[in-house]
Amino acid sequence: MTTLKRKPLNAHKLPALRTVYKKALLVVACSALGATSVNTQASDVGVPDTIHWTIPFGVGGGTDVWARFFTTWMSDHVQGNPTLVIDNVPGGGSINGSNLFAMRAASDGSQWIGTSASTQYPAMLQDRRVRYSYDDWTPILATPTGGVVYAQPKLGNTAEEVLSAVADQRVKFAVQSHTGLELPVLIALDLLGADVQAVSGMRSRGEGRLAFERGEADIDFQTTSAYFSSVEPLVESGRAVPLFSLGMLNDNGDIVRDPAFPDLPTFYEVYETVHGEVPSGPAAEAFRKFFASGFTLQKLILLPKDAPDALIQEYREAARRFVDTQAFQDAAMAQLGPYTPVVGEVVEQHLHDAMSLDDATRQWLVEWLLEQHGARI
Amino acid sequence: MLDVLFSSLGQLFTVPHMLYMVMGVLIGLIVGIIPGLGGIAGMSLLLPFLYGMEPTVALGMLMGLVAVIPTGDTFASVLLGIPGSSASQATVVDGFALAKKGQAARALSSAFLSSMMGGLIGALVLTAFILIARPVVLSFSSSELFMLTLLGLSMVAVLSGKDVFKGVAACGVGLLVGTIGMAPATGEFRLPFEIDYLYDGLPLVVVGLGIFALPEIIDLLVKRGAIAEQPCQLGKGWKEGVKDVAQRPGLVARCAGIGSLMGTIPGLAGSVVDWLTYGHAVQSAKDKSQFGKGDIRGVIAPESANNACACGAMVPTLLFGIPGSGTAAVFLGGLLLLGLQPGVSMLETNLDLTYTIIWSLALANILGAALCLGLARPVASLTRVPFVILAPLITILILFAAYQATRSLGDLFALGIIGAIGVLFKQANWSRPAFLIGFVLAPGAEAYFYQAAQFQGVEAFMRPGVLIIGALIVASLIVPPLRSYLQKRPQAEQPSPHALQEEVAPLSLGVIDLVLLGSLLVGAGYMWLAFADLSLLGGMMPRLAMAIIVAACLLEIIRTAIKPLQWQTQVLRQHFSWVAGFFALIGSVMIFGFLFTAAVFCLGFLLMVARIKPVVAVGVAAGVTLFLIGMANLLTLTYPSGMLAGL
Repeated sequence: MTTLKRKPLNAHKLPALRTVYKKALLVVACSALGATSVNTQASDVGVPDTIHWTIPFGVGGGTDVWARFFTTWMSDHVQGNPTLVIDNVPGGGSINGSNLFAMRAASDGSQWIGTSASTQYPAMLQDRRVRYSYDDWTPILATPTGGVVYAQPKLGNTAEEVLSAVADQRVKFAVQSHTGLELPVLIALDLLGADVQAVSGMRSRGEGRLAFERGEADIDFQTTSAYFSSVEPLVESGRAVPLFSLGMLNDNGDIVRDPAFPDLPTFYEVYETVHGEVPSGPAAEAFRKFFASGFTLQKLILLPKDAPDALIQEYREAARRFVDTQAFQDAAMAQLGPYTPVVGEVVEQHLHDAMSLDDATRQWLVEWLLEQHGARI
Repeated sequence: MLDVLFSSLGQLFTVPHMLYMVMGVLIGLIVGIIPGLGGIAGMSLLLPFLYGMEPTVALGMLMGLVAVIPTGDTFASVLLGIPGSSASQATVVDGFALAKKGQAARALSSAFLSSMMGGLIGALVLTAFILIARPVVLSFSSSELFMLTLLGLSMVAVLSGKDVFKGVAACGVGLLVGTIGMAPATGEFRLPFEIDYLYDGLPLVVVGLGIFALPEIIDLLVKRGAIAEQPCQLGKGWKEGVKDVAQRPGLVARCAGIGSLMGTIPGLAGSVVDWLTYGHAVQSAKDKSQFGKGDIRGVIAPESANNACACGAMVPTLLFGIPGSGTAAVFLGGLLLLGLQPGVSMLETNLDLTYTIIWSLALANILGAALCLGLARPVASLTRVPFVILAPLITILILFAAYQATRSLGDLFALGIIGAIGVLFKQANWSRPAFLIGFVLAPGAEAYFYQAAQFQGVEAFMRPGVLIIGALIVASLIVPPLRSYLQKRPQAEQPSPHALQEEVAPLSLGVIDLVLLGSLLVGAGYMWLAFADLSLLGGMMPRLAMAIIVAACLLEIIRTAIKPLQWQTQVLRQHFSWVAGFFALIGSVMIFGFLFTAAVFCLGFLLMVARIKPVVAVGVAAGVTLFLIGMANLLTLTYPSGMLAGL
């Protein structure tokens, strides 16, 4: 009675998710075969006894809990069962710890870093404090997440009503910062023609939700796990109207329905109904990039690129050994939602694509942030 | 509901639950006693073990730890003048003063007893409140939170006594230091001086240690002697402390009530509540003359509040998944590791677990306070050790504690700089609590003001909640002086000796005052120009802080010019040579690394300054080094290794 893992309420939706990643897994499996054929004696890869895993966030935060969840699985599946030690280096919204890692980390495979959207975004926005580059790191595994935008029922009872209402009146949205995880949501709402006033300074997405529940914010957004635990009850009791999900990026780079929310249209679908075509131009490009790096690859395990190749392959292999097992998926339901982690080369491609923001898009973003939200970067 | 209440109580007294809870209590006690390690560090020690544990048992262990930390950290606050965690900053003011008077045991025993009472009242409030908390917590919008920060700021006037303008100026400096970092409205960076460390703002622990602990150490070193200036009568002190609490049930209950309710409001963390209740104790006292010099009520009030606040902080954590304090944030992570999703479901499907948490809190509070009471006597005898022997140990402990804040060398420099300000403030009698209140409340005041104005516009300041808190603020500012005026008037014919004393003592001014007034005015002017490129919204708060500083300094100058004035000799040279020594120590950490510096510094100080037997000195230095190495392993941290390490 006391083990209360959240009921896998999306258990029936899982197969849908698997098909999304089936192709990815095929690619993964092929490359894995290739990799193992190179290292036929996998036993002498020289896995270190202890792996120090830098988490540039405080203890107990989302990324910390995520990392602690993975330590047991990784440790059990990497050859020689190394001890994984989590080294929390908070500060600067993960910039400080990542800078330190970039400066200090040994590239003998004994040091990993776990990063999140708030590590990726400053790098894309060329924050002057950032002294790390994702080009120097290679990913082992990434976990995706999705998210849903929802609104107060006073704006309308259906998504259509709400969306036409927000085009005519200014609506408030409580965000952490204009360049935080909410950035792609702000761009999406802008593309839909909504007049959004982003009130910044929330210390967490949860505080933003509280502002929504108090009736201060008209529109809000939560990532998948928070949506299930805190927003679904609001929807059920008629205190929130879901509008759309951000969707999920498939391997071809197309945005498809989020397996966690198969009944909700994606932002792209909604845009198509409104404008009759898929979004394009610098705004759409910015949305796609920030969505990919903040959601499809929300949290990443990385290590220095010049670590021994055999070790990198071994770590990726280890991840592949468990991500598909039923035991992992059951355990991961509460922590990651109904998403399967992506491993190795697939992440590398996505990461490279997501992190590269061309100058025109960045310039558009700088101007848009200043004009729409009075925020400077 | 009642059956759930009692079935979860039954759960509490099972063997594994008790066993793990006692383990949590013991770890919490050790973590609490070591300054600088608070709930966050304690939780991170336990988190790795949570995975796969039975939730009720694991929750018992976590709550054991949470409940005991604000109790255990009283040792450092009272005995060493080091705020053990943000929740014990107000305890330092009178607790340490009592220890210096030789009444450490009295302060400790009343602190522990009121801690326990506070924790129990907090748990009681929580039991009933958890069922109706949702609408209440939701009724606190950004505008009410803003008013609460103002209520906190109004305590500055109460705490600064007759030096009210100095207090307001100190608060202004605190506000200004608190705006360092990112502007909540625009994301601009303020006062970073291109130093990476400053982009995040200064950590509270570092500021607390700098403003309180470092000036005390230096002052004691200048004076030499033991911490307790009078011989300590431990036996008597213990009973007296218990009596002190027993005589003031009203104060304990009120402060515990304030503590538990403030704790339930997400966003106003425990760092404010101890000052609010301290201010309340000062306000409600008839004789205010002993506050700051060792009034037992100054210990009882914040200590009853801080445990209750830790209970209250569980409400938003459990109900909304929004942590009410730093410790609660880590606790939230623990819940997620156990596979528990905080939220409404904690009441609907997991009410039994929720009550297990509350019961564990209450029980652990009793256990922790009992253990601390038992330890109080032997530990209080520390104050009889000559301070020169303790000084190097405490200095290393403070460096270690400050380094835990962000684990960057910047923590040590910030500690030194804030410490230097603290020395000036202490010597010239500028209110250090006022500085700290300003620092703690600056970010909240700004963010909530901005949010209230954005969300609600002008209506934000017409809400009933806002008006009620506004009335409270006005009352807290007007009622106490009015009451003392009314009380004084009939007695005007026969002035009591105490009132006479207060009237006669003229305003005093010293060289440090002049230095502070001058440099604050010049500094504010310079920064006003430096802020020219900030946007209106981003620059509002620092400009307001500077305006407060300038206005308060000018008023102080006018006041000293028109009133009879006594020139006060304020000696500083000795103090500043110790501050310089402290910076030399930081320099040595940079060059030679932390461990090496700590060992050599302890040994050298004990041999050359304290002049104790070489054998003992070597033993103590080795002990310090072993402690640091042990902590490094336990907390997986790397100390600054120094530039020479690379060679």
